[in-house]
Amino acid sequence: MEPISHHIQDKNILENHPLAARMAGFIDHLRMNEYALGPAETQMALRVIGDPFSGLDDARLKLKVLLTGRPEEWRQFDDLFEAYWTRLGKERASWQHEKNVRNRTKASLPEAWKEHLSASVPEGGNAPQIETEGVAEVEGEASGRLIATDKTSQMRTDLRQYVDADEIREAEKLAYRIASAMRYRLSRRHRLSVQGSKLDLRRTIRRSLGTGGEPISLKWRARPDRPIRLVVFLDVSGSMKHYSRFFLQFVKGLVCQWMEADAYLVHTKLIRVTDVVRDKNSTKAMTRLSLMAEGFGGGTRLGQSLAQFNSQYAKRSLNGRSVVLILSDGYDTGPADQLAEELKRLKKRAPKLIWLNPLLGWRQYEPVTQAMAAAQPHIDYFAAANTLESLAALEPEIARV
Amino acid sequence: MTENRNIRDQLRAADYVADDALSTALQLAINLKRPLLLEGEAGVGKTEVAKALASIMQTNLIRLQCYEGLDAAAAIYEWNYQKQLLYIKASEREDKTASQVEQHIFTEDFLLERPLLQAIGQEISPVLLIDEIDRADEEFEAYLLEILSDFQITVPELGTITATSVPHVILTSNGTRELSDALRRRCLYSYVDFPSQARELEIILSRVPDIEAGLADQISRFVLNLRKEELEKNPGVAETLDWAAALVGLKISSLDGDLETIQSTLICLLKTETDLKSITKEVASRLLGKAA
Repeated sequence: MEPISHHIQDKNILENHPLAARMAGFIDHLRMNEYALGPAETQMALRVIGDPFSGLDDARLKLKVLLTGRPEEWRQFDDLFEAYWTRLGKERASWQHEKNVRNRTKASLPEAWKEHLSASVPEGGNAPQIETEGVAEVEGEASGRLIATDKTSQMRTDLRQYVDADEIREAEKLAYRIASAMRYRLSRRHRLSVQGSKLDLRRTIRRSLGTGGEPISLKWRARPDRPIRLVVFLDVSGSMKHYSRFFLQFVKGLVCQWMEADAYLVHTKLIRVTDVVRDKNSTKAMTRLSLMAEGFGGGTRLGQSLAQFNSQYAKRSLNGRSVVLILSDGYDTGPADQLAEELKRLKKRAPKLIWLNPLLGWRQYEPVTQAMAAAQPHIDYFAAANTLESLAALEPEIARV
Repeated sequence: MTENRNIRDQLRAADYVADDALSTALQLAINLKRPLLLEGEAGVGKTEVAKALASIMQTNLIRLQCYEGLDAAAAIYEWNYQKQLLYIKASEREDKTASQVEQHIFTEDFLLERPLLQAIGQEISPVLLIDEIDRADEEFEAYLLEILSDFQITVPELGTITATSVPHVILTSNGTRELSDALRRRCLYSYVDFPSQARELEIILSRVPDIEAGLADQISRFVLNLRKEELEKNPGVAETLDWAAALVGLKISSLDGDLETIQSTLICLLKTETDLKSITKEVASRLLGKAA
């Protein structure tokens, strides 16, 4: 359906119901900016400002109280209000323009990808960030990149050599073990249960009525198990390329072991792969996944991908008992502020955030990239994950998180 | 605007200094009879709003403090099981049938009212404060939706209890957990920020009566600058008031004086070890310089 605001130029509507039409347009304008508003809000908004109308400032405050619902909206509202009610035509044009830009970026990813590569890799075209030998010689790289390229030879001894079937099977087994270590937590609530520690007086008394008030059959309450929900983000950008295959196996292990788990691949955008990973045919699953992952070996836009997750999946995917696991080296080409902001949003929905960084296992590695530095305050547990041993060492740690 | 001014002045008389946004939100919540969700950092005075509102409306304040694992029995109602058992025992000799006993023990005599049931049973609309809703589980949040939209509670044994008067509901959240959209949509919303310097000055002057205007002004500036430092826990309004009271108690009339003493009183504002350590003498004197 065409948005109502497009009809606002229609003179008939403006003449017949000037305020109602403009208000509908305003609500539409807010909706475009991702406010969750329905017709009920339009009605209420009209009622509120018409009763009695006492100036634009007062109307703005009233609408702000009525139409916002979260801190970001609260902060943004005044600008949107001003844009719509006081400089309608001009602002609308620029807002439309912005929208188009967004669509274009989404529609033609390869182009954006090229942009990113030309910005970050002066030579070597679509080479992955760390792996390409050519890049190592380029001087004047960003500091984080230089540290990484210095370690090229050390990386060779890392996980990426474990590509044989045995090692991958090992990774999957390990994932199973870690998964079962942290699978359940006890709830603080009590629920009716056959074997429990606490007497359920409500039900015991109800039942005792049948026996003349003699509580013969006792009812018990126990604390139910509440499975932890696991959400995994696997960075499959160029710099992670050689770890990806191993990690994919690890993620598959985790997701298959878990009843409530969700897996996402992250590169320049976000792909939900839970269903693919759950495929019983391991080889088939891995091939499909590898295809999806290989398709985009470019940079990482972790901040942007998490933003997509936060607005699209987070509500369904996360709850108060969720653990978020990010497998990434933190070489992010997006703005660090955005990453920090999105991690903060993520943390509001999920109590635990674990970041496994394959580079952390290197002796001299310091998480110095801007992105990593910005992310660190939000991470509950930050650990190396570059060898099987380092992954195995996670088991007790993660069980405690 | 006159309405908002009115409620603002009334709040001011109850020693609560509200800004335009908050007084508009309260006025709308009263007019539309809709719950108001107040979000903001700890210490900005969200809970105080409810107290001030109850005081100006001269009505009861019923408070439900949320915590993880809060369930219906603790928030709405519960039967007084011990009393029921005693009654059943006592009526054994009276030759009553089981159904007669049952009819009696599930009456209001045996009902323990928890805050939510209490709130809808009041003659005069009370202020119902549901504090720190972000601490409660999602299940409880869902349960709350029903009560907040219809103001009625169903007790299976008694039937549906409809509100005698619709309470003025204020929910607060520190934003540690994301609340559901459904809850947000049922509420009016206001984000409460730390007060501006002028408003904080007004708050200090109204809450610490013996204070000199000059000192109060310095305190408000100092705290404003302190909040700009990288602290683990920003000092809230209550902390500012504590500090002001402490300084008045120590007979300090200006922050220009004895740095040592002032530094030692900073424990009123800084609540973690890291924060205390990060505000060294040098930092404190820099901040005092700005405040003076």
